[in-house]
Amino acid sequence: MGNFKRNIFDYIIYVIIILVCILCLYPFIYVLSSSLSSPDAVASAKVWFFPVDFNFDAYKKIFEDQQILIGYANAFYYTILGTLVNIILTVSGAYPLSKRRLRGRKLMTILITFTMWFNAGMIPFYLNLRDLNLLDKRITLIIAFGCSAFYVILLRTNFQSIPEEIEESAKIDGANDLTILFKIFLPLAKPAIATVGLYYAVSRWNGYFWAMLILKDPKKIPLQVILKKMIVEMDIGEEAMQSADAILSLSKETLIFATIIIGVIPMLIIYPFIQKYFEKGSMVGSVKG
Amino acid sequence: MSNIKISSTNKTTKIKKKNKHNNYFCELKKDILRDKYLYILIIPCLLFYFFFAYKPLYGLQIAFKDYSLFKGIEGSPWVGLDNFITFFKSPYVFRLIKNTLLINLYGLVIGFPIPIILALLFNEVRNKKFKRTAQTISYLPHFVSTVIVAGLVVNFLAPSGLINNIIAALGGNRTYFLTQPEYFRGIFTGMNVWKESGFGAVIYIAALASIDPQLYEAAVVDGANRWKQTLHVTIPGILPTITIMLILRIGKMLSVGFESVLLLQQPATYETSDVISTYVYRLAIEKGTYDVAAAVDLFNAIIALILVFAANKISKKFSETSLW
Repeated sequence: MGNFKRNIFDYIIYVIIILVCILCLYPFIYVLSSSLSSPDAVASAKVWFFPVDFNFDAYKKIFEDQQILIGYANAFYYTILGTLVNIILTVSGAYPLSKRRLRGRKLMTILITFTMWFNAGMIPFYLNLRDLNLLDKRITLIIAFGCSAFYVILLRTNFQSIPEEIEESAKIDGANDLTILFKIFLPLAKPAIATVGLYYAVSRWNGYFWAMLILKDPKKIPLQVILKKMIVEMDIGEEAMQSADAILSLSKETLIFATIIIGVIPMLIIYPFIQKYFEKGSMVGSVKG
Repeated sequence: MSNIKISSTNKTTKIKKKNKHNNYFCELKKDILRDKYLYILIIPCLLFYFFFAYKPLYGLQIAFKDYSLFKGIEGSPWVGLDNFITFFKSPYVFRLIKNTLLINLYGLVIGFPIPIILALLFNEVRNKKFKRTAQTISYLPHFVSTVIVAGLVVNFLAPSGLINNIIAALGGNRTYFLTQPEYFRGIFTGMNVWKESGFGAVIYIAALASIDPQLYEAAVVDGANRWKQTLHVTIPGILPTITIMLILRIGKMLSVGFESVLLLQQPATYETSDVISTYVYRLAIEKGTYDVAAAVDLFNAIIALILVFAANKISKKFSETSLW
């Protein structure tokens, strides 16, 4: 009897979890199939799971649009360089602050953590960038979002968990603090740094708001800003639409669906590889320090 | 090793007695020289915080000024609390505060427990392979950008979108959900739940893994079934994590989701969708009234700060779990 009860309980859990998975996956399957279907099939609601009248026309059209390719290139540029700056600045803050002997450590930690709870807000931040003459420049997106207090503290806690004895013995061998950082602490903290780096990279890749405010030059804007215009405002561009309608008889919808797929593909490709780091990261973060 | 330490501290206390003042600077100089590389290392990070976190604070003064772009921050005259008064006298103030609180309340009541429930469900799955795969799938939406998720929502809810196709197939009438104020809060909350629940569960799954298995064994000996075990072992075990997450959540209450609200809202739904931060955005970017916008934003930030401190204090009192 007890065994039977347990089975019903298990089945209910399995059913709920499978439903959750379907809920997470289905929208992407639908978008993918629709983007590969004919506009007529999409418009008449014939697409439910598999593509109807399979074709690549929407993708062809999208890749003719220079703006998307430029956006792609920019997004990679900002993500790679930006994440590098993120990691350098975060380590630069976290390592010294992990040393209990450092004078002024407390004050510096307070100054950094304070920014987690209170910041000047959107307008003063924007005016500050203007005063620093940093509007509409690529470098702004890279350095103005270079460090997050939360990750400094996370990494500091991680450095602190490395036994002090290792440092002491290296000191006796004549190593200075920089050598110790590069030769001992960085290699030991590699998993934590990789995790923090991935968190930074994902938010860099996905960020649109400040890029939208800061950058005006269409040559500089990253993918997400273009995607916002296309798929949220559904503004595919008059020219593209007209020529598309005439030549390929594409609908706005198939174009938008293809754009969505193009926008998610990079994340989808790397996410199975990085998600275990994310799990580790949130576990590192959950340890109180 | 310990002997050396004791003798050296003895020495310093003796010297301190002789020349306390001089000695302090001597030590300070010695320490700074000893840690010179650490101080050099931290400079870039401090510079970042100076230029991009503390320097903007200077611009906050425009909240108390009649700011004009041409006169600049310094040239603009002080007006005291006028900008705050303008905001509180505006016809929108009640609506904005109500919407901000309600949208957050929806998020808190619906969005906060779901990751916990999901983690508890995953915890009950015995088949490791199934558990891993399901978890991996449930993270998926988290990795997709807000822009794309909002794009999906906009498209699916459009009159010719997936949801309406389903409704039509079932014999219902098509509705343009995003232009109807009464649906906005539900749509917004649903979107966030869909995007973040799977990933939000990770932290609780981590906490679950650290519960001592002996507690379960003891509970089984006491005759507890699986439901009782969950109630008396599992949930108390993750309660500190739940508390911390709740405090963090409350701290972000007034700002979280701003970018996604902006992506989903339309003038037709301002009645229920306009929150303090989207109003700030419109005031500043579309109307150019930076001063009032900065004042509203400051008001928002101060309330947020008070909320964190209050949540932390309450939690300290009742559960001995706190952020600091």
